[in-house]
Amino acid sequence: MSAVETQRPARPFALLGSELALVFRRRRTWAMLAALALIPILIAVAVRVTGGPPSGRGPAFLASITENGLFVSFTALVVSIPLFLPLTVGVVAGDSIAGEANLGTLRYLLAAPVGRLRLLAVKFASIVVFLFAASLVIVVAGAAIGAALFPVGPVTLLSGDTIGTGEYLGRALLLVLYSTLSLLGLGAVGLFISTLTTVPIGAMAATVVAAGAAQIVDALPQLEALHPFMFSHHWFGFGDLLRQPIDWSGFQDNALLQLGWVVVFGALAVGRFTTKDVLS
Amino acid sequence: MTDRAIETVGLVKTFGQQRAVDDLALDVPRGAVFGFLGPNGSGKTTTIRMLLGLASPSAGEIRLLGETMPGRIGAVLPRVGALVEGPAAYPFLSGRNSLHRLDAADPRSDPKTRRQRVDRALERVGLQAAAKKRSGAYSLGMKQRLGLAAALVRPRDLLILDEPTNGLDPQGTREVRNLIRALAADGTTVFVSSHLLSEIEQVCTHAGIMSAGRLVAQGTLDQLRQLGTRRITVQTPDASEAAAVFARLGLDPVDRGDHLEGELRDGLQVEDVAAALVGDGVRLRGLSASGQTLEDLFVALTGEGFDVRG
Repeated sequence: MSAVETQRPARPFALLGSELALVFRRRRTWAMLAALALIPILIAVAVRVTGGPPSGRGPAFLASITENGLFVSFTALVVSIPLFLPLTVGVVAGDSIAGEANLGTLRYLLAAPVGRLRLLAVKFASIVVFLFAASLVIVVAGAAIGAALFPVGPVTLLSGDTIGTGEYLGRALLLVLYSTLSLLGLGAVGLFISTLTTVPIGAMAATVVAAGAAQIVDALPQLEALHPFMFSHHWFGFGDLLRQPIDWSGFQDNALLQLGWVVVFGALAVGRFTTKDVLS
Repeated sequence: MTDRAIETVGLVKTFGQQRAVDDLALDVPRGAVFGFLGPNGSGKTTTIRMLLGLASPSAGEIRLLGETMPGRIGAVLPRVGALVEGPAAYPFLSGRNSLHRLDAADPRSDPKTRRQRVDRALERVGLQAAAKKRSGAYSLGMKQRLGLAAALVRPRDLLILDEPTNGLDPQGTREVRNLIRALAADGTTVFVSSHLLSEIEQVCTHAGIMSAGRLVAQGTLDQLRQLGTRRITVQTPDASEAAAVFARLGLDPVDRGDHLEGELRDGLQVEDVAAALVGDGVRLRGLSASGQTLEDLFVALTGEGFDVRG
């Protein structure tokens, strides 16, 4: 009976489905996504009511909104990347292992046995999916509210070229991917911090603090040598995706940087978690 | 295939200076219901954590169902159901969904039979009526039942249950005992830790007693009972005649004024003494034996003190 059962081939993705269901079944997750969707709505309503700022003031793309509602997406992303997205990543990544430890479910997952490496991989994958969903929500909510309140038409890119609505969708998706990619490093840092404690709120706070610290280091001229290594260094680099032709160099640099952070903090998380005594 | 469900050799776990588990040699035969006894803080849960690969031993070896732990963890643990240090569930999920989630954790468990297996386990612990309720709203006893259900979602060769009757009402406690008996009758080895000795005594075939991180005794219940000093006490108006019978049987009589005490040795049974007393015409007001229960042995081996070891 059970001896036969253990001979069956492994189902490596069964847990990922369960993990995503766990994340997206929580009211907390939907509350965070709803809060992120409010950001473009707030921006669009504010611009509509006040008639828009004089050109050149406020966050990037703000002035373009009155001409084309689709720019609400881009403005909202600019506003969200330094603070709101790191906050939500902090919650999801910080909770990943520490939350299970706090509930006591970690010992039952490990006794199932889930495999410690596999659990970490699935947790990181769910962080990536959440990041993608969060970025997507901002861009989609932005496009929807923009289209509702402002005229929509061909989008004029930073390079002066004009693209149609179809190509706008492609660029919007690229921005979602860029935003997801940009926060992978922070996600790995959060996952590592989450293996250190059984108090999820502590891991969440520490991850958000890490996001703030990286941006401060990145802003201090005295620490210029460190700037290229901060995971936040390319957070605002997506302007290059709004040129014709697309300049991919920023995307590549960012991917390499994030990969580095994921490798280093992923390895730290593996080293810590695979040897840890689970006493919670 | 070995005939041992659990075997440890020289198992040690140290936390800083303290040896929480010290040179443990557990020996649990297959098919046994093994009671793992000991006062709070004697190292029971730490031992269970090491058996399940949650904590790594500081020294020593563990074999579960004949396989080395933690080296063969992926092959062994699917055959082992566990309840460790209280149940745990996702408070925002229903009881049923919590079980689905925990079952999905093992890549070898079959998703096609999952619904059926989960529902069967819920039924077995009497939780089917509350299966759709958020587990965060469960009472302590319901959570405990859910934890037991999680251990039963797949057919198991070995169950490791840490304080399974914690928080249960008397009916629930009885059901758990019956459940353990039924599982044992199906050939499952059950390793159950408890400090409620009377419960253990009712269902166990074997027991091990921990004290201060060391295993001070283990064996079948009969073997363990032999270890203790058994005393017999009689109340009688014919004290001198009774003392003569005691002396003849080698009981070293001690006259306590209103009663007479003696120590039972060499397999001498209470009923033999009673027959001899009655045979000699000694009139009895009362006759009792002590040292027969595990509790007496437990106290003799682990001490009377109430304070937890530091």
